[in-house]
Amino acid sequence: MKEAIKVENVSMKYEKSKVIALDNISFKINENDIFGLIGPDGAGKTTLFRILTTLILPTQGSVEIYGFKTTKDYKQIRQFIGYVPERFSLYQDLTVYENLNFFASVYKTTIKENYAVIKDIFIHLEPFKNRKAGKLSGGMKQKLALCCALINKPKILFLDEPTTGVDPVSRIEFWETIKKLKENGITIIVSTPYMDEAKLCDRIALMFNSKILNISTPDDIISNFESNIFKIKSDNNSYLKKILNDFDKLFTAYYFGDSVHLAISKELAINEEQIISMINEKNIKIFEFSLIAPTIEDCFIKYLTNG
Amino acid sequence: MKRLINFIIKEFKHIIRDPRVLLILFGMPVVQVLIFGFALTNEIKNSKIIVIDFARDEISKKMINKIEANKYFEIIEISQNKNIILDYFREGKIKAAIIIPANLSSDLNHSGSSQIQIITDATDVNFANSIKNFIRAIINDYQSESLAGKVLERLIIVPEIKMLYNPQLKGAPNFVPGVMSMVMLLVCVMMTAIAIVREKEIGSMEVLLTSPVRPIFIIISKVVPYFAISTIDLTLILLLSVYVLDLPIQGSLFLLIAESLLFIFTCLNIGILISIRTSSQQIAMLMSLVGMMMPTVFLSGFMFPIENMPYVLQLISNVVPSKWFYIIVKDIMLKGAGFEIVWKETLIIASMMFFFFLVSFRTFKVRLN
Repeated sequence: MKEAIKVENVSMKYEKSKVIALDNISFKINENDIFGLIGPDGAGKTTLFRILTTLILPTQGSVEIYGFKTTKDYKQIRQFIGYVPERFSLYQDLTVYENLNFFASVYKTTIKENYAVIKDIFIHLEPFKNRKAGKLSGGMKQKLALCCALINKPKILFLDEPTTGVDPVSRIEFWETIKKLKENGITIIVSTPYMDEAKLCDRIALMFNSKILNISTPDDIISNFESNIFKIKSDNNSYLKKILNDFDKLFTAYYFGDSVHLAISKELAINEEQIISMINEKNIKIFEFSLIAPTIEDCFIKYLTNG
Repeated sequence: MKRLINFIIKEFKHIIRDPRVLLILFGMPVVQVLIFGFALTNEIKNSKIIVIDFARDEISKKMINKIEANKYFEIIEISQNKNIILDYFREGKIKAAIIIPANLSSDLNHSGSSQIQIITDATDVNFANSIKNFIRAIINDYQSESLAGKVLERLIIVPEIKMLYNPQLKGAPNFVPGVMSMVMLLVCVMMTAIAIVREKEIGSMEVLLTSPVRPIFIIISKVVPYFAISTIDLTLILLLSVYVLDLPIQGSLFLLIAESLLFIFTCLNIGILISIRTSSQQIAMLMSLVGMMMPTVFLSGFMFPIENMPYVLQLISNVVPSKWFYIIVKDIMLKGAGFEIVWKETLIIASMMFFFFLVSFRTFKVRLN
């Protein structure tokens, strides 16, 4: 598969605040992939985006996009990328049409010329063509921002936390849109703090604390996961979590919704009955105890606790 | 080119669709000129006075007529009752009272001199002084007229004070050049800086920077509308000062406009520099207000004379562009000076503009800071 982006040993240290935002990161992104950067706030996702979009230069390392270096070839790169920053809020006092028209003129093109690219998304916006962007709903704003980034028919689309603060229905719609864009041949790099969106990507990078913990397909990350996950519901989750963590060094217990997940290394010779009896000894009542398939979030937590 | 026009049109839309911005851009200059020109002045116009005329003879009547003919005073009552004076003053109805003694003409005929009393409301010291001087001048005037032809037995030397360029001590001549530099600063520095920084705040600057648009394009498209608006403001101020404040432009209108354009360019460069260095609208506004407005008000000589300032402040005032602009405008508008007189100040402003242009050009980046 052809590679679209090559990142080599990239580090970023902010001069003023002395914060290390990226610590020696290397990875590749294949053409026509949906590549997800998954990680909590402050992991370094936005900094990485800004480096990939030529907005800032890394303190160390190099980035190549289709063979163009972000340092000296930024003018070529800027011709074929589309970028929706996290805090991008459009021009609130311009109408939907005016916003789109403006960004079309930025790329020396017209809405007509590239209508095919945005058609599927713009069709939802059409009824509100003459409404000011500030008066649109959150989901509509996001669609418009996406249209503005697509109007130059980019080869690569960068979306920085597009689903943060978006309602669940719009999120599902949004990911369907992204899938369609992929079918049109666009490479999409998307960041999100939501672990459940990870499985919608072709490949993901788990980011934490300026580092990439793992890069793979979501399925590979889950199947290579070397622990069994038990989902436990009880009458005293906080105590349960404590005694499980104290019981063995190879036990990792953490809250997961209304239950506690227990990750145990597959190598550890221990069976379910032993764990249940151990919990019962402590007078904790168990409502549910089951072996489940790990989620990306389980993998993420496991990476974090293993350091 | 088409792209640039599109950019500029978009910028105009931003301005036109925000009524508050429109109010600042067009309402403020008008209001400032009118307030400074009419309300905040210490010139004497239609000041109400009363005359207590005990003499009631030909001379006193002539004198009263002379005072009444003057547009600076309005006699609201001529009475022979001295007691009403204090009441009038207390109620704030009058600014001054003139008391003409009963023996005015006999004194004048016999000894050649007489005395009249002028009482002024000294709660406003400057105002009282001006009124006193005015009335004295009017009476002197009358004296010299009525005594003309008569042979004076002895020469009385009266000091004659002439107010050059602004004989009536009008407020407007001083304020108009000051208001001009203030409005230019607000429009060119503050509004321009805010307009550019707003793009950073809403994140569109990031999008524009990742596009093939050259950053200088973004700047130019931001500057053009504000340049257009400042020229409109300039015209507005000049029209108001000529036709409403009766302040004719003594020098060349062309030179005045040329100098103003130079100042506008300087301000635009400062605005761009501020926008490059700041990342939020509030900071940009604060920097323009504290960094530009305050020095203009306090150190340009427009409110307080620079000669009376401590030496350090006098030195600092030299780096305030509006000080030089203020001098230029005053020279051209009031004294009718030509370029041969204001070339030095022009050179100073021009070099300031060049300096700001260089600094902002060098600090401007094709990437985020």
